[in-house]
Amino acid sequence: MTQFLAPVLTLTGLGIFFALVLSWASKKFAVAQDPRIAQVLEKLPGANCGACGMAGCARFAESVVKGEVALESCKACSQEAHSEIAQLLGIELAKTEKKIALLHCHGGEKAKEKFEYKGIEQCQAAAQLMGGNKLCSYACLGFGDCMRACPFGAITMSKEGLPVIDKELCTACGKCIQACPRNLIKLIPYKAEVYVGCASRDPAKTVAKICSVGCIACKKCEKVCPADAIKVVENLAIIDYDKCTSCGKCLEACPRKIIKRSHGLGSDSERKPAG
Amino acid sequence: MDLSLFLSIIIGNIFINNFILFKFLGLCPFIGVSKKTGPALSMGCAVIFVMVLSSIITWLIYNFLLVPFQIEYLRTISFILVIASFVQLVEMIILKTNPTLYRVLGVYLPLITTNCAVLGVTVLNVNMFLKGEYAMPNSFFYTLLQGFCAGLGFMLAMLLMSGIRERLELMNVPESLKGIPVAFIVASLMALAFMGFAGFKF
Repeated sequence: MTQFLAPVLTLTGLGIFFALVLSWASKKFAVAQDPRIAQVLEKLPGANCGACGMAGCARFAESVVKGEVALESCKACSQEAHSEIAQLLGIELAKTEKKIALLHCHGGEKAKEKFEYKGIEQCQAAAQLMGGNKLCSYACLGFGDCMRACPFGAITMSKEGLPVIDKELCTACGKCIQACPRNLIKLIPYKAEVYVGCASRDPAKTVAKICSVGCIACKKCEKVCPADAIKVVENLAIIDYDKCTSCGKCLEACPRKIIKRSHGLGSDSERKPAG
Repeated sequence: MDLSLFLSIIIGNIFINNFILFKFLGLCPFIGVSKKTGPALSMGCAVIFVMVLSSIITWLIYNFLLVPFQIEYLRTISFILVIASFVQLVEMIILKTNPTLYRVLGVYLPLITTNCAVLGVTVLNVNMFLKGEYAMPNSFFYTLLQGFCAGLGFMLAMLLMSGIRERLELMNVPESLKGIPVAFIVASLMALAFMGFAGFKF
Protein backbone atom coordinates (compact mmCIF):
# COMPACT_ATOMS: atom_id res chain seq x y z
CA MET A 1 0.00 0.00 0.00
CA THR A 2 2.76 2.47 0.91
CA GLN A 3 4.43 1.62 -2.37
CA PHE A 4 1.40 3.02 -4.11
CA LEU A 5 0.53 5.84 -1.75
CA ALA A 6 3.96 7.38 -1.22
CA PRO A 7 4.58 8.58 -4.78
CA VAL A 8 0.98 9.75 -5.28
CA LEU A 9 0.87 11.66 -2.05
CA THR A 10 4.35 13.13 -2.47
CA LEU A 11 3.73 14.48 -5.94
CA THR A 12 0.25 15.73 -5.07
CA GLY A 13 1.62 17.36 -1.96
CA LEU A 14 4.40 19.01 -3.91
CA GLY A 15 1.94 20.22 -6.54
CA ILE A 16 -0.45 21.68 -4.00
CA PHE A 17 2.38 23.28 -2.07
CA PHE A 18 3.77 25.03 -5.12
CA ALA A 19 0.29 26.03 -6.30
CA LEU A 20 -0.30 27.70 -2.95
CA VAL A 21 3.07 29.45 -3.03
CA LEU A 22 2.49 30.69 -6.58
CA SER A 23 -1.04 31.92 -5.91
CA TRP A 24 0.21 33.75 -2.83
CA ALA A 25 3.05 35.26 -4.86
CA SER A 26 0.77 36.35 -7.69
CA LYS A 27 -1.18 38.43 -5.14
CA LYS A 28 1.86 39.67 -3.32
CA PHE A 29 3.84 40.59 -6.43
CA ALA A 30 0.94 41.70 -8.60
CA VAL A 31 1.83 44.55 -10.92
CA ALA A 32 -0.97 46.98 -11.59
CA GLN A 33 -1.32 47.32 -15.34
CA ASP A 34 -3.01 50.25 -16.98
CA PRO A 35 -6.44 48.96 -18.11
CA ARG A 36 -6.24 51.29 -21.11
CA ILE A 37 -3.46 49.15 -22.62
CA ALA A 38 -5.92 46.31 -23.19
CA GLN A 39 -8.51 48.71 -24.62
CA VAL A 40 -6.01 50.24 -27.03
CA LEU A 41 -4.78 46.81 -28.06
CA GLU A 42 -8.33 45.83 -28.94
CA LYS A 43 -8.59 48.73 -31.38
CA LEU A 44 -5.27 48.07 -33.10
CA PRO A 45 -5.25 45.94 -36.26
CA GLY A 46 -3.49 43.07 -34.51
CA ALA A 47 -1.52 42.08 -37.59
CA ASN A 48 1.76 42.44 -35.65
CA CYS A 49 3.27 43.81 -38.86
CA GLY A 50 6.02 45.70 -37.03
CA ALA A 51 5.77 48.76 -39.28
CA CYS A 52 5.75 50.96 -36.16
CA GLY A 53 9.15 49.63 -35.17
CA MET A 54 7.83 47.85 -32.06
CA ALA A 55 7.75 44.14 -31.36
CA GLY A 56 4.09 43.60 -32.13
CA CYS A 57 0.84 45.39 -31.36
CA ALA A 58 0.90 44.65 -27.61
CA ARG A 59 4.18 46.43 -27.13
CA PHE A 60 2.95 49.34 -29.27
CA ALA A 61 -0.21 49.69 -27.18
CA GLU A 62 1.87 49.82 -24.02
CA SER A 63 4.17 52.50 -25.44
CA VAL A 64 1.29 54.59 -26.75
CA VAL A 65 -0.45 54.59 -23.37
CA LYS A 66 2.80 55.61 -21.72
CA GLY A 67 3.20 58.33 -24.33
CA GLU A 68 6.56 57.05 -25.54
CA VAL A 69 5.60 56.88 -29.21
CA ALA A 70 3.20 58.79 -31.38
CA LEU A 71 -0.06 57.04 -32.16
CA GLU A 72 0.43 57.97 -35.81
CA SER A 73 3.40 55.64 -36.14
CA CYS A 74 0.93 52.76 -36.47
CA LYS A 75 0.50 52.97 -40.20
CA ALA A 76 -1.82 50.01 -40.43
CA CYS A 77 -4.55 51.58 -38.29
CA SER A 78 -7.65 52.92 -39.98
CA GLN A 79 -8.52 56.59 -39.54
CA GLU A 80 -11.49 55.74 -37.32
CA ALA A 81 -9.45 53.48 -35.05
CA HIS A 82 -6.86 56.19 -34.72
CA SER A 83 -9.38 58.78 -33.64
CA GLU A 84 -11.07 56.31 -31.26
CA ILE A 85 -7.78 55.57 -29.55
CA ALA A 86 -6.94 59.26 -29.42
CA GLN A 87 -10.29 59.89 -27.74
CA LEU A 88 -9.68 57.08 -25.28
CA LEU A 89 -6.31 58.45 -24.27
CA GLY A 90 -7.38 62.07 -24.52
CA ILE A 91 -4.60 63.07 -26.90
CA GLU A 92 -4.60 65.22 -29.98
CA LEU A 93 -4.18 63.40 -33.25
CA ALA A 94 -1.75 65.00 -35.63
CA LYS A 95 -3.21 65.34 -39.08
CA THR A 96 -1.47 62.91 -41.35
CA GLU A 97 -2.28 62.32 -44.93
CA LYS A 98 -3.55 58.86 -45.79
CA LYS A 99 -1.32 57.10 -48.25
CA ILE A 100 -1.52 54.01 -50.40
CA ALA A 101 1.07 51.84 -52.08
CA LEU A 102 1.21 51.73 -55.87
CA LEU A 103 3.25 49.74 -58.34
CA HIS A 104 5.27 52.03 -60.58
CA CYS A 105 5.43 49.69 -63.57
CA HIS A 106 2.84 48.24 -65.86
CA GLY A 107 5.07 46.34 -68.19
CA GLY A 108 3.76 42.84 -67.61
CA GLU A 109 3.67 41.05 -70.96
CA LYS A 110 4.61 44.25 -72.75
CA ALA A 111 8.01 44.33 -71.10
CA LYS A 112 10.08 41.88 -73.14
CA GLU A 113 11.67 38.84 -71.55
CA LYS A 114 15.42 38.41 -71.43
CA PHE A 115 15.17 34.61 -71.20
CA GLU A 116 12.70 31.95 -70.16
CA TYR A 117 12.89 31.72 -66.39
CA LYS A 118 12.16 28.28 -64.95
CA GLY A 119 13.46 28.71 -61.41
CA ILE A 120 11.81 29.29 -58.05
CA GLU A 121 8.65 31.35 -58.45
CA GLN A 122 9.87 34.30 -56.43
CA CYS A 123 10.88 37.81 -57.48
CA GLN A 124 13.75 37.70 -55.03
CA ALA A 125 15.16 34.56 -56.67
CA ALA A 126 14.50 35.69 -60.24
CA ALA A 127 16.12 39.07 -59.60
CA GLN A 128 19.35 37.36 -58.61
CA LEU A 129 19.66 35.31 -61.77
CA MET A 130 21.45 37.40 -64.39
CA GLY A 131 19.69 40.53 -63.21
CA GLY A 132 16.18 39.19 -63.64
CA ASN A 133 14.29 37.68 -66.52
CA LYS A 134 13.10 40.98 -68.02
CA LEU A 135 15.16 43.01 -70.44
CA CYS A 136 14.20 46.15 -68.56
CA SER A 137 16.04 46.23 -65.26
CA TYR A 138 13.24 48.35 -63.77
CA ALA A 139 10.41 46.00 -64.78
CA CYS A 140 8.10 44.16 -62.40
CA LEU A 141 9.08 40.49 -62.42
CA GLY A 142 5.58 39.43 -61.50
CA PHE A 143 6.16 36.49 -59.15
CA GLY A 144 4.17 38.14 -56.38
CA ASP A 145 6.63 38.64 -53.52
CA CYS A 146 4.62 41.72 -52.61
CA MET A 147 1.37 39.73 -52.60
CA ARG A 148 2.84 37.25 -50.10
CA ALA A 149 4.29 40.05 -47.98
CA CYS A 150 0.99 41.94 -47.63
CA PRO A 151 -0.46 41.26 -44.16
CA PHE A 152 -3.86 42.63 -45.18
CA GLY A 153 -4.54 40.71 -48.38
CA ALA A 154 -4.72 43.93 -50.39
CA ILE A 155 -2.57 42.68 -53.28
CA THR A 156 -3.73 40.28 -55.98
CA MET A 157 -1.88 39.26 -59.13
CA SER A 158 -3.51 40.11 -62.45
CA LYS A 159 -3.62 37.72 -65.43
CA GLU A 160 -0.77 39.60 -66.96
CA GLY A 161 1.38 38.97 -63.91
CA LEU A 162 1.22 42.39 -62.34
CA PRO A 163 0.26 43.02 -58.74
CA VAL A 164 -2.99 44.94 -58.29
CA ILE A 165 -3.23 46.82 -55.01
CA ASP A 166 -6.69 47.30 -53.56
CA LYS A 167 -6.90 50.96 -52.61
CA GLU A 168 -9.38 50.38 -49.80
CA LEU A 169 -7.59 47.43 -48.19
CA CYS A 170 -4.12 48.98 -48.45
CA THR A 171 -2.95 50.53 -45.18
CA ALA A 172 0.41 51.79 -46.46
CA CYS A 173 2.29 49.68 -43.93
CA GLY A 174 5.21 49.39 -46.32
CA LYS A 175 5.74 45.62 -46.20
CA CYS A 176 5.43 45.26 -49.98
CA ILE A 177 7.93 48.07 -50.47
CA GLN A 178 10.51 46.08 -48.57
CA ALA A 179 9.59 42.86 -50.34
CA CYS A 180 10.02 44.18 -53.88
CA PRO A 181 13.59 43.50 -55.02
CA ARG A 182 13.35 46.29 -57.59
CA ASN A 183 11.84 49.04 -55.41
CA LEU A 184 8.91 49.49 -57.77
CA ILE A 185 6.28 50.04 -55.09
CA LYS A 186 6.06 53.52 -53.65
CA LEU A 187 3.61 55.34 -51.44
CA ILE A 188 1.46 58.07 -52.94
CA PRO A 189 -1.28 60.16 -51.29
CA TYR A 190 -4.66 58.43 -51.17
CA LYS A 191 -6.42 61.35 -52.79
CA ALA A 192 -3.95 61.65 -55.68
CA GLU A 193 -5.50 60.46 -58.91
CA VAL A 194 -2.59 60.25 -61.32
CA TYR A 195 0.67 58.38 -61.13
CA VAL A 196 3.55 57.47 -63.43
CA GLY A 197 3.35 53.76 -64.22
CA CYS A 198 7.03 53.36 -64.95
CA ALA A 199 10.24 53.51 -62.97
CA SER A 200 12.77 53.13 -65.78
CA ARG A 201 15.77 55.44 -65.77
CA ASP A 202 17.11 53.98 -69.00
CA PRO A 203 17.61 56.36 -71.93
CA ALA A 204 14.72 56.61 -74.40
CA LYS A 205 16.50 54.56 -77.05
CA THR A 206 16.86 51.56 -74.76
CA VAL A 207 13.34 51.85 -73.40
CA ALA A 208 11.84 51.98 -76.88
CA LYS A 209 13.52 48.69 -77.77
CA ILE A 210 12.57 46.65 -74.70
CA CYS A 211 9.19 47.89 -73.51
CA SER A 212 6.17 49.40 -75.22
CA VAL A 213 4.92 51.06 -72.03
CA GLY A 214 8.11 52.60 -70.69
CA CYS A 215 8.75 56.29 -70.13
CA ILE A 216 10.86 57.75 -72.95
CA ALA A 217 11.30 61.11 -71.23
CA CYS A 218 9.68 63.09 -74.06
CA LYS A 219 8.78 65.85 -71.56
CA LYS A 220 5.30 66.33 -73.05
CA CYS A 221 3.74 65.93 -69.62
CA GLU A 222 6.16 68.44 -68.18
CA LYS A 223 5.17 71.02 -70.76
CA VAL A 224 1.42 70.48 -70.49
CA CYS A 225 1.18 70.50 -66.68
CA PRO A 226 -0.48 73.76 -65.53
CA ALA A 227 0.63 73.34 -61.93
CA ASP A 228 4.27 72.70 -62.77
CA ALA A 229 4.04 69.44 -60.83
CA ILE A 230 5.71 67.05 -63.28
CA LYS A 231 9.44 67.08 -63.81
CA VAL A 232 11.49 64.73 -65.97
CA VAL A 233 14.52 63.78 -63.92
CA GLU A 234 17.09 61.31 -65.23
CA ASN A 235 14.90 60.00 -68.05
CA LEU A 236 11.79 59.58 -65.91
CA ALA A 237 8.72 61.72 -65.27
CA ILE A 238 8.21 62.35 -61.55
CA ILE A 239 5.05 63.86 -60.06
CA ASP A 240 5.33 66.23 -57.13
CA TYR A 241 2.13 65.42 -55.19
CA ASP A 242 2.34 68.62 -53.18
CA LYS A 243 1.65 70.56 -56.37
CA CYS A 244 -0.44 68.09 -58.41
CA THR A 245 -4.10 69.01 -58.76
CA SER A 246 -5.11 65.77 -60.50
CA CYS A 247 -6.34 67.74 -63.50
CA GLY A 248 -5.50 64.87 -65.85
CA LYS A 249 -3.91 66.89 -68.63
CA CYS A 250 -0.73 64.79 -68.48
CA LEU A 251 -2.79 61.65 -69.07
CA GLU A 252 -3.90 62.93 -72.45
CA ALA A 253 -0.48 64.31 -73.33
CA CYS A 254 1.49 61.13 -72.65
CA PRO A 255 2.14 59.42 -76.01
CA ARG A 256 2.66 55.99 -74.48
CA LYS A 257 -0.13 56.21 -71.89
CA ILE A 258 2.27 55.67 -69.00
CA ILE A 259 0.69 58.25 -66.73
CA LYS A 260 -2.45 56.64 -65.36
CA ARG A 261 -5.39 57.14 -63.10
CA SER A 262 -4.60 55.57 -59.76
CA HIS A 263 -8.06 54.15 -59.14
CA GLY A 264 -8.79 53.17 -62.68
CA LEU A 265 -5.67 51.05 -62.82
CA GLY A 266 -5.78 50.63 -66.57
CA SER A 267 -8.27 48.45 -68.39
CA ASP A 268 -10.79 46.16 -66.73
CA SER A 269 -8.88 43.04 -67.71
CA GLU A 270 -5.97 44.13 -65.56
CA ARG A 271 -8.13 44.48 -62.51
CA LYS A 272 -9.33 40.90 -62.56
CA PRO A 273 -7.26 38.73 -60.24
CA ALA A 274 -5.58 35.73 -61.83
CA GLY A 275 -7.01 32.30 -61.05
CA MET B 1 36.54 18.58 1.11
CA ASP B 2 38.37 16.77 -1.60
CA LEU B 3 40.45 19.35 -3.44
CA SER B 4 40.80 17.44 -6.70
CA LEU B 5 37.03 16.88 -6.89
CA PHE B 6 36.57 20.55 -6.08
CA LEU B 7 38.82 21.60 -8.95
CA SER B 8 37.41 19.11 -11.39
CA ILE B 9 33.88 20.39 -10.73
CA ILE B 10 34.94 23.98 -11.39
CA ILE B 11 37.04 23.43 -14.49
CA GLY B 12 34.92 20.55 -15.74
CA ASN B 13 31.66 22.52 -15.69
CA ILE B 14 33.04 25.77 -17.04
CA PHE B 15 35.28 24.44 -19.82
CA ILE B 16 35.44 20.70 -20.41
CA ASN B 17 31.80 19.75 -20.01
CA ASN B 18 30.41 23.17 -20.86
CA PHE B 19 26.64 22.86 -20.84
CA ILE B 20 26.08 24.61 -24.13
CA LEU B 21 29.15 23.78 -26.16
CA PHE B 22 29.82 20.24 -25.00
CA LYS B 23 26.54 18.87 -23.71
CA PHE B 24 24.37 20.90 -26.15
CA LEU B 25 21.84 21.82 -23.48
CA GLY B 26 20.01 25.16 -23.41
CA LEU B 27 20.59 26.02 -27.05
CA CYS B 28 17.42 28.08 -27.45
CA PRO B 29 18.49 31.03 -25.29
CA PHE B 30 22.03 30.55 -26.57
CA ILE B 31 20.91 31.48 -30.08
CA GLY B 32 17.99 33.71 -29.10
CA VAL B 33 19.51 36.11 -26.55
CA SER B 34 23.09 36.24 -27.84
CA LYS B 35 22.65 39.12 -30.27
CA LYS B 36 23.97 41.76 -27.88
CA THR B 37 26.35 41.47 -24.94
CA GLY B 38 24.09 43.28 -22.46
CA PRO B 39 21.07 40.96 -22.58
CA ALA B 40 23.40 37.95 -22.89
CA LEU B 41 25.05 38.92 -19.62
CA SER B 42 21.74 39.37 -17.80
CA MET B 43 20.44 36.10 -19.21
CA GLY B 44 23.62 34.41 -17.96
CA CYS B 45 23.08 35.91 -14.51
CA ALA B 46 19.46 34.76 -14.50
CA VAL B 47 20.54 31.23 -15.43
CA ILE B 48 23.24 31.14 -12.72
CA PHE B 49 20.69 32.32 -10.19
CA VAL B 50 18.09 29.74 -11.24
CA MET B 51 20.65 26.92 -11.44
CA VAL B 52 22.05 27.55 -7.96
CA LEU B 53 18.64 27.80 -6.34
CA SER B 54 17.27 24.82 -8.27
CA SER B 55 20.28 22.79 -7.16
CA ILE B 56 19.52 23.65 -3.54
CA ILE B 57 15.82 22.91 -3.79
CA THR B 58 16.25 19.67 -5.70
CA TRP B 59 18.90 18.54 -3.24
CA LEU B 60 16.43 19.10 -0.41
CA ILE B 61 13.62 17.35 -2.26
CA TYR B 62 15.76 14.41 -3.27
CA ASN B 63 17.26 13.87 0.19
CA PHE B 64 14.26 14.54 2.35
CA LEU B 65 11.36 13.43 0.16
CA LEU B 66 12.39 11.00 -2.55
CA VAL B 67 15.00 8.99 -0.65
CA PRO B 68 13.01 8.41 2.58
CA PHE B 69 9.94 7.28 0.61
CA GLN B 70 12.11 5.27 -1.80
CA ILE B 71 10.60 6.92 -4.83
CA GLU B 72 13.82 8.02 -6.53
CA TYR B 73 12.31 7.05 -9.88
CA LEU B 74 10.10 10.15 -9.64
CA ARG B 75 13.21 12.27 -9.81
CA THR B 76 12.68 13.81 -13.25
CA ILE B 77 9.01 14.72 -12.90
CA SER B 78 9.37 16.16 -9.43
CA PHE B 79 12.40 18.18 -10.50
CA ILE B 80 10.50 19.59 -13.48
CA LEU B 81 7.64 20.53 -11.17
CA VAL B 82 9.99 22.27 -8.79
CA ILE B 83 11.95 24.13 -11.43
CA ALA B 84 8.87 25.23 -13.37
CA SER B 85 7.10 26.66 -10.35
CA PHE B 86 10.30 28.18 -9.04
CA VAL B 87 10.99 30.04 -12.28
CA GLN B 88 7.40 31.30 -12.28
CA LEU B 89 8.07 32.74 -8.87
CA VAL B 90 11.33 34.34 -9.99
CA GLU B 91 9.51 35.82 -12.99
CA MET B 92 6.89 37.43 -10.78
CA ILE B 93 9.53 38.85 -8.47
CA ILE B 94 11.59 40.27 -11.33
CA LEU B 95 8.51 41.82 -12.93
CA LYS B 96 7.70 43.50 -9.63
CA THR B 97 11.16 44.66 -8.70
CA ASN B 98 12.94 45.26 -12.00
CA PRO B 99 10.65 45.75 -15.03
CA THR B 100 13.59 46.78 -17.24
CA LEU B 101 15.38 43.49 -16.69
CA TYR B 102 12.07 41.72 -17.27
CA ARG B 103 11.66 43.42 -20.65
CA VAL B 104 15.24 42.70 -21.67
CA LEU B 105 14.87 39.01 -20.86
CA GLY B 106 11.50 39.02 -22.61
CA VAL B 107 10.29 35.65 -23.77
CA TYR B 108 13.48 33.93 -22.62
CA LEU B 109 12.74 34.12 -18.95
CA PRO B 110 9.77 31.76 -19.26
CA LEU B 111 12.04 29.65 -21.44
CA ILE B 112 14.28 29.00 -18.43
CA THR B 113 11.24 27.25 -17.00
CA THR B 114 11.64 24.45 -19.49
CA ASN B 115 15.34 24.92 -19.99
CA CYS B 116 17.00 21.56 -20.28
CA ALA B 117 20.26 23.00 -18.95
CA VAL B 118 18.65 23.68 -15.58
CA LEU B 119 17.09 20.24 -15.41
CA GLY B 120 20.37 18.83 -16.70
CA VAL B 121 22.44 20.24 -13.87
CA THR B 122 20.06 18.94 -11.20
CA VAL B 123 19.94 15.47 -12.69
CA LEU B 124 23.72 15.50 -13.03
CA ASN B 125 24.01 16.48 -9.36
CA VAL B 126 21.97 13.47 -8.37
CA ASN B 127 23.93 11.13 -10.61
CA MET B 128 27.29 12.37 -9.38
CA PHE B 129 26.82 13.00 -5.69
CA LEU B 130 23.63 11.43 -4.43
CA LYS B 131 22.98 8.21 -6.28
CA GLY B 132 22.99 4.90 -4.47
CA GLU B 133 22.32 3.96 -0.89
CA TYR B 134 24.03 6.91 0.69
CA ALA B 135 24.82 10.50 -0.20
CA MET B 136 28.44 11.62 -0.48
CA PRO B 137 29.68 13.58 2.50
CA ASN B 138 29.41 17.30 1.83
CA SER B 139 27.19 16.55 -1.17
CA PHE B 140 25.23 19.74 -0.51
CA PHE B 141 28.27 21.93 -1.13
CA TYR B 142 29.28 19.99 -4.22
CA THR B 143 25.75 20.41 -5.52
CA LEU B 144 25.85 24.12 -4.88
CA LEU B 145 29.24 24.45 -6.54
CA GLN B 146 28.21 22.44 -9.56
CA GLY B 147 25.07 24.53 -10.02
CA PHE B 148 27.07 27.73 -9.84
CA CYS B 149 29.85 26.55 -12.17
CA ALA B 150 27.43 25.16 -14.73
CA GLY B 151 25.77 28.59 -14.75
CA LEU B 152 29.16 30.25 -15.14
CA GLY B 153 29.95 27.99 -18.09
CA PHE B 154 26.58 28.91 -19.62
CA MET B 155 27.32 32.60 -19.16
CA LEU B 156 30.81 32.22 -20.61
CA ALA B 157 29.44 30.61 -23.77
CA MET B 158 26.72 33.29 -24.02
CA LEU B 159 29.26 36.09 -23.66
CA LEU B 160 31.67 34.61 -26.21
CA MET B 161 28.84 34.08 -28.66
CA SER B 162 27.36 37.56 -28.21
CA GLY B 163 30.78 39.16 -28.66
CA ILE B 164 31.28 37.30 -31.90
CA ARG B 165 27.79 38.08 -33.13
CA GLU B 166 28.18 41.78 -32.42
CA ARG B 167 31.20 41.77 -34.70
CA LEU B 168 29.43 39.60 -37.26
CA GLU B 169 26.84 42.35 -37.67
CA LEU B 170 29.56 44.54 -39.17
CA MET B 171 30.98 41.84 -41.43
CA ASN B 172 30.23 41.25 -45.04
CA VAL B 173 28.32 38.00 -44.60
CA PRO B 174 26.77 36.39 -47.71
CA GLU B 175 23.10 37.36 -47.97
CA SER B 176 21.77 33.84 -47.52
CA LEU B 177 23.82 33.26 -44.38
CA LYS B 178 22.93 36.51 -42.59
CA GLY B 179 21.54 36.29 -39.05
CA ILE B 180 20.77 32.87 -37.62
CA PRO B 181 22.53 30.62 -40.22
CA VAL B 182 25.94 32.17 -39.66
CA ALA B 183 25.29 32.07 -35.89
CA PHE B 184 24.80 28.30 -36.15
CA ILE B 185 28.07 27.95 -38.04
CA VAL B 186 29.87 30.03 -35.43
CA ALA B 187 28.30 27.96 -32.65
CA SER B 188 29.51 24.73 -34.22
CA LEU B 189 33.05 26.10 -34.61
CA MET B 190 33.01 27.20 -30.97
CA ALA B 191 31.84 23.73 -29.94
CA LEU B 192 34.73 22.20 -31.90
CA ALA B 193 37.16 24.50 -30.09
CA PHE B 194 35.70 23.52 -26.74
CA MET B 195 36.10 19.83 -27.61
CA GLY B 196 39.84 20.54 -27.31
CA PHE B 197 39.41 20.86 -23.53
CA ALA B 198 38.34 17.22 -23.37
CA GLY B 199 42.04 16.30 -23.40
CA PHE B 200 42.45 17.59 -19.85
CA LYS B 201 42.49 14.85 -17.24
CA PHE B 202 42.12 15.27 -13.51
